[in-house]
Amino acid sequence: MPEPAPTPDLVAALVAKAHHVWRETLRIHRRAPETRLASSLSAVEIFVTLYYGGLVRTNPANPFDPERDRCIISKGHGSICMYPILADLGFFPAAELERVCQAGSFLGGIPDPVIPGYETVNGSLGHGLGVGAGIALALSRKASTRSVFVVCGDGELHEGANWEAAMFASQHRLDHLNLIVDDNRISMLGRTDDIVTLSPLRDRLASFGWDCVEVDGHDVAALLAALRDLKARHAGQPKALIARTLKGRGVPGLEDMPLSHVMNPPPAQIDAILAAPEGGGDA
Amino acid sequence: MKPQPPTPRPRPMRDALLERIAEAMDHDPALFFVSADFGSPVLDRIRARHPDRFVNVGIAEQNLINVSAGLALEGYTVFAYAIAPFLTMRCFEQIRVSLALLSTVRPMNVNLVGVGAGFSYVVSGPTHQCYEDLTLMRALPNMTVYSPADHATAAGLFDACVDRSGPKYLRLDAQPLPPLHPEAAPLPPGGFYTLRPGRDLCFVATGYMVHTALRVADRLEAEGIAAAVVDLFDLSGFDAAALCARMSASRAVVSLEEGFRGRGGLDALLFDLRARHALTQPMLNLGVEGGYRFELGSRQELHEQVSIGEQAVTARVRAFVGDRQQD
Repeated sequence: MPEPAPTPDLVAALVAKAHHVWRETLRIHRRAPETRLASSLSAVEIFVTLYYGGLVRTNPANPFDPERDRCIISKGHGSICMYPILADLGFFPAAELERVCQAGSFLGGIPDPVIPGYETVNGSLGHGLGVGAGIALALSRKASTRSVFVVCGDGELHEGANWEAAMFASQHRLDHLNLIVDDNRISMLGRTDDIVTLSPLRDRLASFGWDCVEVDGHDVAALLAALRDLKARHAGQPKALIARTLKGRGVPGLEDMPLSHVMNPPPAQIDAILAAPEGGGDA
Repeated sequence: MKPQPPTPRPRPMRDALLERIAEAMDHDPALFFVSADFGSPVLDRIRARHPDRFVNVGIAEQNLINVSAGLALEGYTVFAYAIAPFLTMRCFEQIRVSLALLSTVRPMNVNLVGVGAGFSYVVSGPTHQCYEDLTLMRALPNMTVYSPADHATAAGLFDACVDRSGPKYLRLDAQPLPPLHPEAAPLPPGGFYTLRPGRDLCFVATGYMVHTALRVADRLEAEGIAAAVVDLFDLSGFDAAALCARMSASRAVVSLEEGFRGRGGLDALLFDLRARHALTQPMLNLGVEGGYRFELGSRQELHEQVSIGEQAVTARVRAFVGDRQQD
């Protein structure tokens, strides 16, 4: 897939796509309240930019095409917004979106790699970066130019295995490895700063040898520019983009609430949002 | 591998296996070796000759597994090498998620090579000793579990590691053990050797305990008790019918393992086998008893303390057979 130029048109198209994905994610959650809504809404623009902005090269007809870029979705349960994206890209029929969490569907409350387009198991947190580092090492040994993206939440960085992998990636100069942190600053029981702070995350990753940038994770234009720059950089360092986001973004009563991870908006509220002409939110 | 004359001297299992790996890496670019800062002289050869396909992740077993998983997803056949308790327990969830679960849906070949079965790190204490690994690895339904009793078997397992996809665990003794089987001979397809026949009872042992079973069988023979000895080295893919036939040829079965008794290891395997195949012989299960211990002593002394030493096993089996004869 050739990379489209970063024109204002592309940015506008990404904004429209993000809005659509945001609505579809709400729609899925309305049908399947077992899904994690808030942590999926914080990552909408991240995934839309990765998958529609020419960053993650995919081949829906052959999901394990060796020429694809590998995108490891480490924040497994917080990626329900990937369902409409993968359906739209043609990984599976859009009709499957009607069956999330139903018997016989492969679209569960937590995504698993039985879903076309998912690479690894990430229902358990903190595994994506290590596996992604192993993939990046393999690709470098094979002189492949494909990129590896790992999308994780900030909360899962409490898992120490991430930091083992972070040291490893810089030691081996895995400069095709790109980590995107959905930095919504909230895990299940509250704000990460009140639990065990990860601040200053950028400095911490940098001290582990990573090339880090930080952007507004809901600003598609900023994400697109930063991710393109990140993907193109091959200077002997792994790279990280810290995306400042809001958990539950765009849903009043949910957005940035410390317990948003386990909060479900009332069905009537979701219905009202989806019934509004512009669909609510400002994604 | 070039055929070599049998060598009677004790050899570490890891040397024999690593030699096979080192040799294969010279001509097979799909092999990758990952260590958690654990080495051996033979490993130095791999490090020197294949720096591009040897990686030391440091003292970081969680990352060892996840990096190995990533390499395997890209088509490498991976050997992940560490001390057995750390390789199986420090990173059990990585093994479960990134190897056992993931290999259910994606082709992967990762071979976990753990050194230090049972009490084989004799003076290092319970952190480095390993009595739970068979239980844990057996708990994963698609994990192949190998537990060789000598270096020839360990070397022979290399072929299965390369030829068979999926996650595997190789439980290797840390000490040089006397050879039991000819070198460079194909392994028996049923996953076990019958080292001696015996109609009174059948030892089913694994790893180091095969050597103990052989010594006990000699003792019992002098007392008129004929004991068969089975060396079960494949705890997941063995030929169940053949093993049942072997066990049924004796009047009783004795399981013998260098792991906690009654906690899901070899004894549980045999209980399940017996139930599935409706075998009726009595069975005695011998394994480590009494929980964790910090005593120092020779391996034989430690084994006597936890009821798996030669004398302890002889006494238990003698009583077991005597009880049966009185019935």
